Amino acid sequence: MSSEQHYTFREAESRPLPREGGRGEGQPLLAVTDLQVNYGGIAAVKGISFAVEAGETVALIGANGAGKTTTLKALSRLLPSKGTLRYDGKDLHALPPHALVQRGFSLVPEGRGVFARMSVTENLQMGAYQRSDKEIAQDIERMFELLPRLKERADQLAGTLSGGEQQMLAIARALMGRPRLLLLDEPSMGLAPLMVQKIFELIRGVAAQGVAVLLVEQNASLALETASRAYVMESGTITLADTAANLLADPRVQAAYLGH
Amino acid sequence: METFIQQLINGLTLGSIYALVALGYTMVYGILGLINFAHGEVVMIGALVALAVYKALAATLLPPLLILLVGLCVAAAVCMALGWAIERIAYRPLRNAPRLAPLITAIGVSIVLQQFAMLFWGRSYHSVPALLPDTSYDVLGARISAVQIVIMLAAAASMAGLIALVQRSKLGRAMRATAEKPEVAALMGVDANRIVALTFVVGSALAALAGVLVSANYSIAHYQMGFLLGLKAFTAAVLGGIGNIGGAVLGGVLLGIIEAMGAGYIGDLTGGVLGSHYQDIFCFLVLITVLVFRPSGLMGEKVSERA
Repeated sequence: MSSEQHYTFREAESRPLPREGGRGEGQPLLAVTDLQVNYGGIAAVKGISFAVEAGETVALIGANGAGKTTTLKALSRLLPSKGTLRYDGKDLHALPPHALVQRGFSLVPEGRGVFARMSVTENLQMGAYQRSDKEIAQDIERMFELLPRLKERADQLAGTLSGGEQQMLAIARALMGRPRLLLLDEPSMGLAPLMVQKIFELIRGVAAQGVAVLLVEQNASLALETASRAYVMESGTITLADTAANLLADPRVQAAYLGH
Repeated sequence: METFIQQLINGLTLGSIYALVALGYTMVYGILGLINFAHGEVVMIGALVALAVYKALAATLLPPLLILLVGLCVAAAVCMALGWAIERIAYRPLRNAPRLAPLITAIGVSIVLQQFAMLFWGRSYHSVPALLPDTSYDVLGARISAVQIVIMLAAAASMAGLIALVQRSKLGRAMRATAEKPEVAALMGVDANRIVALTFVVGSALAALAGVLVSANYSIAHYQMGFLLGLKAFTAAVLGGIGNIGGAVLGGVLLGIIEAMGAGYIGDLTGGVLGSHYQDIFCFLVLITVLVFRPSGLMGEKVSERA
């Protein structure tokens, strides 16, 4: 996958879709203040605050069980939570999960969440479920140009794809919703190193198009190389927040997450 | 040989009705994992509403076929509203309750509907007027009536329509996505409540059609007619693999044929000890056999999902 390919895709995608505004100048696209989530009777997220600016790539790193996935689930309204969640100037707590994607908010869930009993094309169509414009078929073609592997398997059931292909499909499906904020939960999980490289190339391509990305990853070095800023999560709280470059150089991060 | 052909025709007729009803069970199970035991009563309400329409229009000089169609449309409308109301009132509040709670509620709804029908239409058997031509045709020595032909064609057409809806339309994709991964479907913008409600509405429309067809077949309608029919259709859905739409069609048709063949030959096989009125035992023999030896049903295999 060369960057030229992303560029073709970018140009085709660049036509803006009308969206209702409401976001005041200078406000971040996503602003989380004092988010608390109880999961299974345990305080999994204990009052964290962070923000993602429009077009920015932000990573949320931390060990298994630090509360990263719980945070994303709460943001997507799949788990009840307390605190202030503002996206595009609106209170996320006022919206049901199915109302998010039409506002440009897309989550690629942990474990990819492809519809195994539906074909690759049908999965992509589901990504455009809330759209009613006439460019859905064109967008599917663009995804196939970007990810030829998916085109070869267009009519195959998604459950028969390899893990990496499923991850590609899950990201492509989220892109079909034309997001402004893409949330990715452990996109490298369970994939071979070569496939991880491809997936992250794809993510960087998406970010280069101006889509804001919130990347949750256990693979801290990969996440910090991709993001411009990052937050470090430890047992439900944010312990460090800085630019990715500073965190890569931070001895505490190196010791705990980069294996130096 | 003539008995065989005749019972095959009878079995296909019965089987198409079972299949129509089984689709309602299997669609709801596919999405909610719930056995909607009230579904048989929706069939009964469909039959009795259609009958009320026939009676109301009997004095007019409308052609019988038109009366039948009006009856079907009114029955379908009433049943769709009923299916929607059942989901909204009885099942939605229990969406996240332990699985036993909605199951018991389903039995409760079934009893309520039966008792309501008894109060409203009485306990007696109602004879259903013959609105289709009383002709029959000779097929290899057996007889097939116009009613039977209409039943098979109507069932086949509506099942083909349903399968097209589920496999080809946007609504169908949303139904399958919600059945497989409700949380992810919600992330795609699917409102699960709407999809569940529409599933009940579509299933109830098929139930209304089944009610009209079954009452035309036996020329009789009764407030308890939905109970056994519902159990048989549930058996058909289990036989085909519950949750699987093609399986419901296959299970329905197979069960109809098994029953008809059983009824046709049971007298000969038992030396006259058991007569054809024992036909109902075959359905439950099938149910027990499937549950013991192949609980996932004939078509109930899932696509393996790689991690």
